[in-house]
Amino acid sequence: MTVETDSDPRFAAFAHPERLVSTEWLASHLGTPGLVVVESDEDVLLYETGHIPGAVKIDWHTDLNDPVQRDYIDGAQFAALLGRKGIGRDTTVVIYGDKNNWWAAYALWVFSLFGHEDVRLLDGGRAKWEAEGRAYTTDREEATPVDYPVVERNDAPIRAFKDDVLAHLGNPLIDVRSPEEYTGERTSAPAYPEEGALRAGHIPSAQNVPWAKAVAEDGGFKPLDELNAIYRDGAGLSDGDSVVAYCRIGERSSHTWFVLTHLLGFEGVRNYDGSWTEWGSAVRVPIVKGAEPGVVPAR
Amino acid sequence: MTALPDALAEIRADFHELELPDRLQLLLEFANELPEMPERYRDHPDLLERVEECQSPVFIFVEVDDESIVHLYATAPREAPTTRGFASILVQGLAGLSVDEVLALPDDFPSDLGLTEAVSPLRIRGMTGMLARTKHQVRSKTAA
Repeated sequence: MTVETDSDPRFAAFAHPERLVSTEWLASHLGTPGLVVVESDEDVLLYETGHIPGAVKIDWHTDLNDPVQRDYIDGAQFAALLGRKGIGRDTTVVIYGDKNNWWAAYALWVFSLFGHEDVRLLDGGRAKWEAEGRAYTTDREEATPVDYPVVERNDAPIRAFKDDVLAHLGNPLIDVRSPEEYTGERTSAPAYPEEGALRAGHIPSAQNVPWAKAVAEDGGFKPLDELNAIYRDGAGLSDGDSVVAYCRIGERSSHTWFVLTHLLGFEGVRNYDGSWTEWGSAVRVPIVKGAEPGVVPAR
Repeated sequence: MTALPDALAEIRADFHELELPDRLQLLLEFANELPEMPERYRDHPDLLERVEECQSPVFIFVEVDDESIVHLYATAPREAPTTRGFASILVQGLAGLSVDEVLALPDDFPSDLGLTEAVSPLRIRGMTGMLARTKHQVRSKTAA
């Protein structure tokens, strides 16, 4: 059983409007059986300073990443995590977070690797909820554990590895990092720590569309026509394209993956989570510096 | 590892006594206790050093007084409680220490506070960076 979708007319034009809920919808659905609200932030302590009543916390570092290998948790770990948070396989999950849902989108993408069917984003995230003066609580997380089945991750449809990207060259790539990272001035976002890529620049032919271009002033997603202007007219994507998005470690590009997949309706969009921290340190992969996308080298 | 000064050793012991979720709560208490930047520095962003190792905008300023005691000031936004917590631990842990005591602090003690598992090793780097920048300011302010 899943919870009814949000029929807000602002979402109706999107390819998959059922993937978004508004702050109004969430406020009036809190406590609905079968709904679990998840907060996912950049700052691991932000949830503790105040969160939406009843929400549970899932942290990308400490919960979703494998602590040893550079990979995500496996089916058994995911089942244990979700079960502990009171999420069943048919639970409707609404995720929200700081930084315009940057990490919330990342968590949603990881949920999608495990094929969790009904997972949605709160349009506007924490910022909009807060700006509207809606309720927060500092109550400790409380969840009644449930059984979540062990489902192995299915990476191939929505996740690209380095070799997949090499094979993909010639098809559209979207680099969602800042212009400074794209041109090769720096290897991490302005005001972010350098995270150990040995070379700077971008993957040949990638279009630079910083992820936040999809975000409106109130922190929610821009309407369809504006998104089309950015991704179709601006970055040259067209229906039927196979697209790979990347950033530095795959978090910002999860946000763009969400926009391309669920709002614009592109099929088979993959997120390259190895992203620049892998590509920029890999041996003998082609790199272009400067503001131009550059050309794919002949093979 | 060199023994920590009393205040820091106590902070370390406090964290180690707790289960992981409670360690986060304690870190949040530290975040809430971070003192405001003294007025004389508040309007002088030029004096403050940005800690680039932290994802959030955190700035520090170090004073060394006539008795060679180090005074550390830090500021970080409310939306960055982890970073505020790190800064607050350093401000409280270093309070009253001399130049020599600060410079003798093990560079990697943040990794040993009992927080690494609770916040992840990547995030702890922010605190290590804050300590390194504090020592650097101490050195440059005491250089003859």
